[in-house]
Amino acid sequence: MLYREALNKALDEMMEKDESVVILGEDVGFYGGNYKVTEGLYAKYGGKRVIDTPIAENSIVGTAIGMAIGGLRPVAEIMTVNFSLLAMDQIVNQLAKIRYMSGGKITLPVVVRMPQGVAKQLAAQHSQSLERIFASVPGLRVFVASDATTAYYGLKFAVSIDDPVIFLEHELLYHEKMEIEEEKNFSPYRARIKKEGDGITIVSYLKMFHDTMKAVPTVEKELGVSCEVIDLCSINPLDVSTIANSVKKTKHLVVVTEEPKTGAYADEIIYRVIEDTFYELDAPPLKICGEDVPTPYNRKLELMSIPTPEKIATEIIKWGKKHGI
Amino acid sequence: MNKSYAEQFYYLMKLGRVFELRAKEEYMKGNIGGFLHLAIGEEAVHVGAVLGFGKGDIFVHYREHVYALARGMEPKNVMAELFGKVTGVSKGKGGSMHLYDPKFNFYGGNAIVGAHLPHAVGTAYARKYLGDTTGVLAAFGDGATNSGNFFEAINLAATWKVPVLFLCENNYYAIGTRIDRASPFTDLYIKAKEYMPVKQVDGMDVFAVFEAVREAKEYIETEGKPYFIEALTYRYEPHSMSDTGDYRSPRELKIAKERDPIEHLKRVGIERGLLTEEYINFVDNKVEQIVEEAVRFALESPEPGEEELYNDVFCEVCTDVIS
Repeated sequence: MLYREALNKALDEMMEKDESVVILGEDVGFYGGNYKVTEGLYAKYGGKRVIDTPIAENSIVGTAIGMAIGGLRPVAEIMTVNFSLLAMDQIVNQLAKIRYMSGGKITLPVVVRMPQGVAKQLAAQHSQSLERIFASVPGLRVFVASDATTAYYGLKFAVSIDDPVIFLEHELLYHEKMEIEEEKNFSPYRARIKKEGDGITIVSYLKMFHDTMKAVPTVEKELGVSCEVIDLCSINPLDVSTIANSVKKTKHLVVVTEEPKTGAYADEIIYRVIEDTFYELDAPPLKICGEDVPTPYNRKLELMSIPTPEKIATEIIKWGKKHGI
Repeated sequence: MNKSYAEQFYYLMKLGRVFELRAKEEYMKGNIGGFLHLAIGEEAVHVGAVLGFGKGDIFVHYREHVYALARGMEPKNVMAELFGKVTGVSKGKGGSMHLYDPKFNFYGGNAIVGAHLPHAVGTAYARKYLGDTTGVLAAFGDGATNSGNFFEAINLAATWKVPVLFLCENNYYAIGTRIDRASPFTDLYIKAKEYMPVKQVDGMDVFAVFEAVREAKEYIETEGKPYFIEALTYRYEPHSMSDTGDYRSPRELKIAKERDPIEHLKRVGIERGLLTEEYINFVDNKVEQIVEEAVRFALESPEPGEEELYNDVFCEVCTDVIS
């Protein structure tokens, strides 16, 4: 199975179960989705439930809000997170605030799905990670899906709750082969410990989770300690306790995200965790992020602008040696 | 036009006028905070539209007190919202610009110009999808017709064929910028006419607004398609209480006020035998009492409790996370 097929399966099952679930976005219907996430759903459910929209991101989210007011459970697809910047009024001023401003009288069960991150040579306007923006807006749940399991269960969870959810995927994961592991009582609010260890806690999500896992054998070999790798399924809310409990055991915290380093969401993770664990840390936390540059087109420069498995390993080893791990 | 409608027009327009004049006083006293946008002068559009539209969802802009009152929301709960009290229609968390009540199919009160237009289109889509052919009313000002929201919404409504009545209240000013300085033409229905049927009406004449809206409602529900009405109107007050309004000449204001919609209704109503002096006097006294009572209620109502700070951000309590 491919990552995108896990998302498709989640959508299909939710649509099958509940007629109020509809999908809308650019090319989602007849065309089958630009990343094929909605492939086959138009044929199965028809154009009234898999709704093709014009290129009007603001109104894709805006009409999804109206649909929710009218009794539906819309799943809006913004083709990539880069275009969500055109929908920021509807996401930030409307979707996130209407429930509160109405004193709880209006609920908006809207999911806005979109891929983010650096893919391959798409240049600066198609290569951003914007989770920090969404995570900092009260009123939005922000879920991230690193693999087929969290894509499948996380998206089903997002569609089933009555709160607005920003559901972030990664462009380079869509065509990755992976399987859905059966999970009972899945909750995106719980971070997943994907690899146990007792020397260093490493937190990441989306593609950086996979790159971290690739870096770990080198790190463990070089530093002679085991790493505990935590994958987040939600960044707002953030499961601080799972990370903090791990850090209390390992005494070391590393956070890896793809976004540019200034004002990164990684900062928030580190701060929230060290509030609880400051006196138990044996070293300052390490933050590994992208560079503060618009993503370059040139492949060599592009790879220099983001963490890669090699860079993650190198940075952790350097930091580990400096602090006596 | 029957007598009962004319009486309802008068009652609601007068209630709106007195309510807003009193809100202005309470604002000056400091009982109402933030922004306060008054619709004095525009009552014929708001009341005529709500009554002409009848059943169905309503999405409006931030100058919406009269819409809410015409929809049947209680004056005391609307006033309490302006006062920021827990008894307000939005528990004191929305204020003047954010009056909501799904019981009245009333969805704001939006403070971002034109942002509610795609909401109206989406709701119309949902109602139609669920087998309800009732139309949706979206009211907005002239300023909104220059925004992307407007063009996206009319394009979507016409493409998806959903029953939305787009009601443009052309009061000629977007805060202090007159429409001819923001648009290549000032007859705003031109912007929608390739997408849907359009009509321009005298927004100072409640009968004209009511009839136009009623006809448009019938059209959108029979055809399942959108319709656009431009109502020419005028706001007597500045854009908001923090605007001096000095971009308009005293002469211009004087001319506008000579066409006062309430005075027009009184004159025409009596001429046609639809209103009597007795009824007018009765309403004039009645609305003063209602507004007085609303202010007393708002003043005496409690503030939201401290726990309300965190309520209503999400509907689902996320007990799974420990943080």
